[in-house]
Amino acid sequence: MNSLYILFDEIYKILFLLIPVLVTVAMIVWLDRRVWAFVQKRRGPNVVGPFGLLQSLADALKYMFKEIIIPASSNKIIFILAPIITMTLALVAWAVIPFSENLVLADINVGILYLFAISSLGVYGIIMGGWASNSKYPFLGAIRSAAQMVSYEVSIGVIIINVLLCVGSLNLNDIVLAQQNMWFVLPLFPMFVIFFISALAETNRPPFDLPEAEAELVAGYQTEYSGMMYAMFWLGEYANILLMCAMASILFLGGWLPPLEIEALSIVPSPVWLIFKILFLFILFALVKAIVPRYRYDQLMKLGWKIFLPLSLIWVVLTAGYLLYFDLLPEQI
Amino acid sequence: MKLSRLFKTIFMIDFISGLLIAIKEVFKSKKTINYPFEKGQVSPRARGEHALRRYPNGEERCIACKLCEAVCPAQAITIESSEREDGSRKTTRYDIDMLKCIYCGLCEESCPVDAIVQGPNFEFATETREELYYNKEKLLENGDRWENILAANIKADNPYR
Repeated sequence: MNSLYILFDEIYKILFLLIPVLVTVAMIVWLDRRVWAFVQKRRGPNVVGPFGLLQSLADALKYMFKEIIIPASSNKIIFILAPIITMTLALVAWAVIPFSENLVLADINVGILYLFAISSLGVYGIIMGGWASNSKYPFLGAIRSAAQMVSYEVSIGVIIINVLLCVGSLNLNDIVLAQQNMWFVLPLFPMFVIFFISALAETNRPPFDLPEAEAELVAGYQTEYSGMMYAMFWLGEYANILLMCAMASILFLGGWLPPLEIEALSIVPSPVWLIFKILFLFILFALVKAIVPRYRYDQLMKLGWKIFLPLSLIWVVLTAGYLLYFDLLPEQI
Repeated sequence: MKLSRLFKTIFMIDFISGLLIAIKEVFKSKKTINYPFEKGQVSPRARGEHALRRYPNGEERCIACKLCEAVCPAQAITIESSEREDGSRKTTRYDIDMLKCIYCGLCEESCPVDAIVQGPNFEFATETREELYYNKEKLLENGDRWENILAANIKADNPYR
């Protein structure tokens, strides 16, 4: 009886986290389209619901009623599994995101490592989808995507080391609390910029949307997908973008901390601050989508391996040297 | 690489100025319209849905000369005619297959009595194909419905014909 109670308690907690995340993902798709339209002086979706807010729900409903086409020559099990993996991984990672000091589903001590591992696994959904489609465009898209995500993860990993050097703990709440005096965006600003750009590449957003470059690869790894399976890829992609925004705000923008240590600002509940920061970063994502042209594949690889990786490695040495020289190393180490 | 170019690359000057332009554009007025609720201007020369016009006294203009049928490049028009009791030649059948029609406007140009015209209406989508095989009644009904606008359009375009 008691174990059943614990089980239900956990399920409630998970639903309490997942449903807001899914709703936010739907809203964020609307926001993305809207910002994109506004930059181009269009109106964007504004018919369904107030300001078109329900557009994504209408789209989701449409996808549900569409037929799921499974190509005859595809590997059916992997083909069906791929979108499920993409979406599950994008949602599973939210378990460790701290919304306030206590409001976190799983307060594990290797939180950042967990986040990093889960977001690395995201490649599998894409490469499985592309391979199982047994068609040339998805396959090329999947290969590109895998290469791209793997190379940008390296620099993201090194950037995370930078932050960890300043914190001395892998726990996400500790990382947030370490920024009480100063957000890491100030001392580590170049790293923040590189993290942001790498996050764009990691989530296949423009200007790094080569895996789904419609001019050459139709829709990349999603080409053969339809109906709800396509929608799951789409949801997973946006959940991943949101996750990257959350990660950036926790690592650099002080997570759920208010911007200044003022009494008036601490009245606002801490989850609101995190949501504000995520939204701010997401709007930046959307603006970048509207203004930049797509990178060429060799430029993408050059940026990842020849510029970002050496730069972040040098910055690790600089940070470590600075902390050591001025004796500022955190106590835990 | 030039030094100024390097400076620009490192500090992402071009990117930031682009971002600022984008933010500025967000607050400017929109160039598009809310289409189904708000409609754009239609030129008097617009070649939309067909209509057969009448004279003010109610008599059909069409004299069944079949010039439109002959000129139609898509062969979308079918006309049959016979003599009426008062001796005038009138159509007994005037069909336009709107699915074949390419909306070139040659029928309107060839018509000596301004009977067949293309009006400003372009929103006549239907749910079945059959509804787009227009017959004489449908075309005359269109003419009656749009007559005011059609007459004004022909008048406006007259100096350039």
